[in-house]
Amino acid sequence: MSSAPEEMIIEAGKAERHYWRDLWRYRELLGFLAWRDVRVRYKQAALGLSWAIIQPVVTTVIFTVLFGRLAKMPDGGVPYPLIVLSGLLAWQLFANSLGGSSGSLVANSSLISKVYFPRLIVPLAALGVAVIDFSVVLVLFIAVSLFYGWLPGPQILLLPLFILMALAAAIGAGLWFTALTVKFRDFRFIVPFILQVGVFVTPVGFRTDFFPSWRQLMALNPMTSVVDGFRWCLLGGAQDIDPLGLAFGCGVILFGVFSGVWYFRRTEKRFADII
Amino acid sequence: MSAVTVQDLSKRYIISHQQTADTMRDALGQGVTRIWQSLRRRRRQSEEFWAVRDLSFAIPEGQVVGLIGHNGAGKSTVLKLLSRITEPTTGTIKLNGRVASLLEVGTGFHPELSGRENIFLNGAILGMTRREIERKFDEIVEFAEIERFLDTPVKRYSSGMYVRLAFGVAAHLDPEILIVDEVLAVGDQKFQDKCLGKMRDVSRQEGRTVFFVSHNLVATQSLCSRVMLMQAGRKVFDGEPTETVARYLQASSTSPEDGGKAMYHGGETAVRVNRLEFRAAAGADVIRVELGLRSSESRELAVELILTDAMGTPLALADRGTLDGDLRETIPAGESQQSWLMEVNQMANGAYRLVIQLVDPYAHVVLRYEHPQTVTIARAPRAGASRVLELNWQAGAVELPLRRE
Repeated sequence: MSSAPEEMIIEAGKAERHYWRDLWRYRELLGFLAWRDVRVRYKQAALGLSWAIIQPVVTTVIFTVLFGRLAKMPDGGVPYPLIVLSGLLAWQLFANSLGGSSGSLVANSSLISKVYFPRLIVPLAALGVAVIDFSVVLVLFIAVSLFYGWLPGPQILLLPLFILMALAAAIGAGLWFTALTVKFRDFRFIVPFILQVGVFVTPVGFRTDFFPSWRQLMALNPMTSVVDGFRWCLLGGAQDIDPLGLAFGCGVILFGVFSGVWYFRRTEKRFADII
Repeated sequence: MSAVTVQDLSKRYIISHQQTADTMRDALGQGVTRIWQSLRRRRRQSEEFWAVRDLSFAIPEGQVVGLIGHNGAGKSTVLKLLSRITEPTTGTIKLNGRVASLLEVGTGFHPELSGRENIFLNGAILGMTRREIERKFDEIVEFAEIERFLDTPVKRYSSGMYVRLAFGVAAHLDPEILIVDEVLAVGDQKFQDKCLGKMRDVSRQEGRTVFFVSHNLVATQSLCSRVMLMQAGRKVFDGEPTETVARYLQASSTSPEDGGKAMYHGGETAVRVNRLEFRAAAGADVIRVELGLRSSESRELAVELILTDAMGTPLALADRGTLDGDLRETIPAGESQQSWLMEVNQMANGAYRLVIQLVDPYAHVVLRYEHPQTVTIARAPRAGASRVLELNWQAGAVELPLRRE
């Protein structure tokens, strides 16, 4: 921080005055909190890393058998494990981000009642672990696609946009849930339930482009367009994108982010009083 | 110029007399009841509680100011307001200069991380930049005397090492305005002196402004050049340390109790004293304390019962789990009762105050409660003796056996 004298005025009802400036000023804390979570998770390197890999591998095997072999979903010539793994990449990034951010305030309650900082940092920092886990699975995906000799096309360059979209979807919902959990503790049971149902409502295990009549219904779930986008980028255009669904998904996600920030900001002043 | 200016500061909490909804299920249930009630034109009972009321003061640059008062006088709320943790209901606070507030030592320490990692984490939480922490890293390590354990996870630290490291980081914050809660009541005497010395340096040599809240009247008197007294949310006196302390003591001897009804004190983990009495029996004089405990979760904590004199100087400790960590008590979630017997066979006769502390394995004082009522020890003389040491002889608080070798 600067050593120049600074003046600060705290006034009733005017806490937000410095908010966005403070958020920028506390960016290092954001980094440290994310780093702490990652460090703790991967502290025992072997266990942390293997856990990040075992989960997607097992899910991929199960979904490949379930959707590819038993249900005989069409694959359009793409090796089925790649279809599952690309969907899983998107879904896990979303699920881990949402799970982490929605529990973040209560998990950090001792910090919130003892130190000031823009509270928005807490759910944002929770995304760090999800992103690291995602990178591990991404490496796994690259290894598996090399094994099948499947190379992505130029679409891969747009993957970062869809990664952002998954994170935005998670943080929008996460801000709502984490703020609500401070007030109503039973909200923490809702998120695991949503994620449990979500993995089946979202086309993680199958391609949507073979079911044109179902596509609009599926597009009501904004994560469908994220998963489609991931497949479009990672499978070299073997799957197309439904532009209408994508536009709708972006709209829903943006609404989620803005309303999430609005609700979070509205309630955050009272976190320290009720947490 | 004033470093801190507080104008008409107030903080109101709303206490709902109906069970507040802590879960969504309850809220939905209550929602239905509320609609029903509003149909019948009955209003929910809720009460305003002003934790701080119309507080104004100014602290010139470089002054060390103390704030004292009984439980519930509003001290902690003032600290939280000054630290921006909670928002004022009315009024303004003007802070001129870089502020560091220290409401707890070791906020955000993670037991799995090493000492080195925790220095960076805790520093960032207290508002230091990475570069500042790097610059002061060696000084912090030296101050805390933990060189050899830098890469050990802090969960393996002794509580003394833990506290030294935590205070080490805090002591190197280098703010222009330092806001401190009673965090000095930890660690051994040598280390406490070191911390007090550091705070004195900070104010005298470096011209820093310090705002200090404490239960320890002696420390407050020795450290501060001005002390404010709060009572029921209002400032009732502001002046010379000795005079403020005198008024505090006077107020405490005349202040009415909570109407005879014990109330819980504390946040997530709370305590109340249901009964406090001295019991004399042949060779086993005890103080018996009945505690009511309430906790949001099951916790393993050390229970400390501390006898102090009227000035708040600690005289004796009876503990469960502090000296021997294996003896910590499991405080169950929800409400529970505990009765304790403190043997006082050697204590001087006289009036004592009781302080109850619940301490977690990292030496964090989870809860500190000073019971407002005094307890009077009135022992009969030991076998063969004709008198009992009296506290007001000013000869000490403990009778020790003396033998000729």
